[in-house]
Amino acid sequence: MSDSILYTILSLSALGAIAAIILYFVSRKFKVYEDPKIGNVEEVLPTTNCGGCGFPGCRAFAEAAVSKNDLSELHCPVGGNEVMKQVAEILGLEVEERDPYVAVVRCTGSVEYRKKTNIYDGAPNCTIAASLYSGDTGCAYGCVGLGECVDACQFDAMYMDEKTGLPVVIEDKCTACNACVTACPKEIMELWPQGRRNRKIYVGCVNTDKGGAARKVCEVACSGCAKCDEVCRYDAITIENNLARIDPELCKLCRKCVDVCDAHNIIAVNFPPKKERPPRKAKATAKKEDVDIIGMVKKENDKKDEA
Amino acid sequence: MLNLLNHLKTFPQGGVHPDDNKLSAKSHIQEISLPKIVYIPISQHIGKPAEPLVERGDTVKAGQIIAVHEGFVSANIHASVSGKVGKVEEIMDSSGFKKMAIAIRVKGDDWEEGIDRTPGLVKEIELNKKEILAKIMEMGVVGQGGAAFPSHVKLSVPEGKSADHLIVNGVECEPYLTADHRLMLEKPEEILVGTQILMKSLGVENAIIGIENNKKDAIKLLKKKSKDYRGIKIASLKVQYPQGGEKQLIKALLNREVPPGGLPIDVGCVVHNVGTTFSVYQAVQKNKPVIERVVTVTGKGLEKPSNFWVRVGTPVSHLIDAAGGLPENTGKVVSGGPMMGKALADISVPIAKATSGILIIPEYEAKRAKEYNCIRCGKCVEACPMGLEPFHMMLLAKKGFYEKAKEDNIMDCIECGSCSFECPSNRPIVDYMRLGKIMVKKLNN
Repeated sequence: MSDSILYTILSLSALGAIAAIILYFVSRKFKVYEDPKIGNVEEVLPTTNCGGCGFPGCRAFAEAAVSKNDLSELHCPVGGNEVMKQVAEILGLEVEERDPYVAVVRCTGSVEYRKKTNIYDGAPNCTIAASLYSGDTGCAYGCVGLGECVDACQFDAMYMDEKTGLPVVIEDKCTACNACVTACPKEIMELWPQGRRNRKIYVGCVNTDKGGAARKVCEVACSGCAKCDEVCRYDAITIENNLARIDPELCKLCRKCVDVCDAHNIIAVNFPPKKERPPRKAKATAKKEDVDIIGMVKKENDKKDEA
Repeated sequence: MLNLLNHLKTFPQGGVHPDDNKLSAKSHIQEISLPKIVYIPISQHIGKPAEPLVERGDTVKAGQIIAVHEGFVSANIHASVSGKVGKVEEIMDSSGFKKMAIAIRVKGDDWEEGIDRTPGLVKEIELNKKEILAKIMEMGVVGQGGAAFPSHVKLSVPEGKSADHLIVNGVECEPYLTADHRLMLEKPEEILVGTQILMKSLGVENAIIGIENNKKDAIKLLKKKSKDYRGIKIASLKVQYPQGGEKQLIKALLNREVPPGGLPIDVGCVVHNVGTTFSVYQAVQKNKPVIERVVTVTGKGLEKPSNFWVRVGTPVSHLIDAAGGLPENTGKVVSGGPMMGKALADISVPIAKATSGILIIPEYEAKRAKEYNCIRCGKCVEACPMGLEPFHMMLLAKKGFYEKAKEDNIMDCIECGSCSFECPSNRPIVDYMRLGKIMVKKLNN
C-alpha cells in the first residue's frame, strides 16, 4: 500500500520536473519583450478608452507614446496637462502645456424659436433623420434634437434639455474627447478653448442661408448682418457664407458683440451678470462718448441738462 | 392545383404580400390644368446637377433646354411650360433637401419647334445606334422607376461586358401605384416601339417585358400587340413584393443572379422601366424631351384617386387639388409607394422626372406602432429578398459595429422594407439598415 503511494508521488514529481524544463525552454524561445514603460504609462492614463486622443484606446496611446518617444503630437484630452506631465516624467521627456477644450453646442434654435413644420416619427437617431430630409423645422442646419451626441458621450457630460429640445454640455464633466463632435450629423458640436475663468463667447448658429431666409425659419438664426464684426475691436469676428464666426484666439471676451446682436445668438458663458451702472457714472460716460457715437446719447444728455 | 397549371415566374427567396390597393387602376390618364408657377430642380437624377442656362427674366418655351448636363453621369433639364423664368434658388424638393431649382411663371402654352405633338404612332426607327444614344442623352431621359439613373449611362455598355437581354420593367409591385399600369394600357404600341429602340441601341435580339399578374388586362393587350414586333416577349409574374426590384426581376425572368455590389450588366442584362421606355420613344421618334410623365395620385381618403399627365415641376399640392383636395384626416403625404416612398415634409414640392405617385395616407394608418423587443422569430430573414439577416444587422448598426455589418453584406440591402413590414414587434429595421449603409459608406471614404 505504502509502495503505491510512493510510486505515485515519484512519477508525478518526475512528470512535473520534465514539464517544467520544457516550459522553461519554450518560454525562453518565444519570449516577447515589452517595454515596461508602456505599462507604466497606461497606468497613469485615465483608461476610459474614449478615443479622444485619436488612438483606439489608452493602451494604443501608451504604445504610441513609448515607441515615438516624442510627445509633441500626442495629447490626452481627458487627463489634460496633469496626466501628460506624468507621462512625460515616466518617459523622461518634456511636454508643452495645452489649453483645455470643452464642447459647445452651436445651435440656439429651441422649440420656442424654431417652430416645427412637420413630425418625424422614424427611428430616434439623428443620422437617420438627417439622411432622410432636412429636418422637422424649416432650418436645414440646426439641431435634429434626437440626442445622438448625448448617447455618444461616455462621461455623462451631456443631457437633452426637454424644454428647449437642445443638448446641453455640463462643462465640469466634459473632457473634450470629440465623441459628440463626430456623432453629430449636422456638425453643430465643436470643441472650444475653455478660456480664462471658463469664460467663452461663441456664435450659437450654423445656418448659412441668407439673412431673410434664415430668420424666417428661426427667430434666433444668424443673418450675417455683420453688426458684431463692426463692433469688434480685435478683428476676432469673420462673416463667411452669411454666418458670423468668432476666432477664440483673437477674442478678448469684451462682450460688445453679445449686446449688439439682434438675434441674441452670440452666447457668452460663465460671465457674471452685468451690473446696472449707477446713474451718475452713466452720465459721465455718455458725455465722453457723445462726440463720436450716436445722436441718441447726445439727446439724452441735452434733456438731462435742461432738467 | 391551379397554381401548378399557371406556373408564374417569381424570385425564389423572400418577398412579402402587402394589400394591392390599386384604387386608381380604372381611372384613365387625364390631362390637368397648368399650375401658375413651376419649380424645376436642376438635379432630378443620380449624378451631378445640371448647369443652368437661363437667367431670371428670360422667356422660355415648353421643351426648351434650360440646364445642360455636367459630365457624363448627369442629365439635361428642359422647361416643362412656357413663360418667364423667375428666381433660380434653393427650394425643398421631393427628396426632402434644399436643392437649386429654376422657377418658371406659366404664360400660355407655347412649345419649342421641332417637337412632334401629334398622337400618331411612328414605327420606323430611322436613327442608328449612336444617334439613338445621343438623342436619349439630349432629351434628358432618366430612369422613371424611382432611382432616376440617367438612361444613356445604362445604355452605354462598358468595354469587356456585353448585354444579351433587355428587360422592360412593368411590374409595378408597389401597392397603390398605377402609373405604369395605365401607361401600358393606353400607350402599348409606343412602349413596344420604345423597347425596339432600346434593343437596337444595345444591339440585343431579345427583350422581355415583365408584368405582375394583377395587371391581366395589360398583359393581354401587350401580348396581342407584341406579335407584330420581333424579339419581344411578355412574361407574367407572380404578385409578390419586391418583384420590381432589378435584381429580383432578373432572377425571376432569366434565373441569373447579380453578384453582390454588381450591376445587371454583369449578367448580361439591362433593365428599364416602362415609363422610361415610353420616354425613349418620345425622345427618339417625336423629338420630345422628358417634360411630362404619368403620376398616380391616390389614397384611401381621397375623393378621386386618379392618374394624371403632369408637367415636371408642378407642385404636389396642385395635383392633390385636382384629385379632390387634401382629405381632413390626412396623416402623411408620400412621394412614391407605401413600401419605399418617402413622406413629404411640405406639399408645395415639385414633381420630378422620377416621381411615380403621390400617396395620401390617413392618420390612423400613418402612425408607427409601438416598438417591442426582437423575439428572434426570423420573419425578417424569411422576408428578405436579398438573403440578409435584417434583425442582426439592425443591432449591428444600432450598436456601431459597422465593419461587421459591412462583412455581412449590409450594402446589398435594397431598402425594400419587407423586413419592417413583416416584423411582429414593429421594429424600425430598414431605418437602421439605412444607418448602417450610411456609416459603411463613410468608412469606405
